[in-house]
Amino acid sequence: MSDAEEGKDLLFRAMQQNASRIMTSVPWAKALGFELTSIEQGRAFAKVAWREELVGDPDSGVIHGGVLTALLDNLCGVAANTALSEPKSMATLDLRIDYMRPAEKGRDILAEAECYHVTRNVAFTHAWAFHDNREKVIATAAGAFALNDITRWASGNQAVEMAQAMLSEKSS
Amino acid sequence: MSRAGELQGFLERTPFARFLGMRCEIMGDEMTTVLPFQEKFIGNAAINALHGGCTGAFLELTAMAQVFLLTDLQRPPKPVNITIDYLRSAKGEDLYARAIVHKLGRRMASVRAEAWQAERDKPVAGLQAHFLVAEST
Repeated sequence: MSDAEEGKDLLFRAMQQNASRIMTSVPWAKALGFELTSIEQGRAFAKVAWREELVGDPDSGVIHGGVLTALLDNLCGVAANTALSEPKSMATLDLRIDYMRPAEKGRDILAEAECYHVTRNVAFTHAWAFHDNREKVIATAAGAFALNDITRWASGNQAVEMAQAMLSEKSS
Repeated sequence: MSRAGELQGFLERTPFARFLGMRCEIMGDEMTTVLPFQEKFIGNAAINALHGGCTGAFLELTAMAQVFLLTDLQRPPKPVNITIDYLRSAKGEDLYARAIVHKLGRRMASVRAEAWQAERDKPVAGLQAHFLVAEST
């Protein structure tokens, strides 16, 4: 196994061990009730339950687009983290959301994100939000994340920090 | 009721606008929105930065409010798509925003919004959005 593959594996294992804390350690994700349901290398899955507080149109009970923006932004970031071969801190560079149809009142929203390319400086991601499956999508997202040297910037991401500790242990 | 009053009334009965605690300062057809800081907006506690999704939601509401202000829509305009540029890390402080409606057509509105903190000339994020402004029948 190459160093990059090994690093990717270690990083992913650390994320898996911390999966339950990845969303809950982010105050805004916690406030909106995001729940990370599973991760794979390069992919992340989440859920947000319908709640009165999140409604953007009081007459229809439809969840505000801003909730989807936050969900897809966060989930794209998680997916990008699962695709790295060394721990990096990341910041959203840009995010585009297309709204296909309104979310239905009272129903959970599911989401899936995929990191399909990583360069030294940027991770490219796509994401989908839906009720049942990706055939009937509520919104899609395309996000690019700037990757930064983790030593220059505290990450606040426990999984990344743990992987970094594991990696430095291995190299010493 | 004035259009400004209608907008304030709409924001007051919109749960998500209340959840954010967003305020609107309206001067005629111009408006500045204010998002007083709350701990729950944080995205990265290690660097005390707002969550991009919080800034994004605030910008989207600002753009929507500006369209509402310039039209006589009874319902909020529906977003078609939005693109957010994250320009700087937003700190755990109050956030301000303004939006400009570049084109208001019969069906679509094209809007640009910008959010800043301490310095107006150093925006933390920009948003470009399209809204459907035709009342659905």
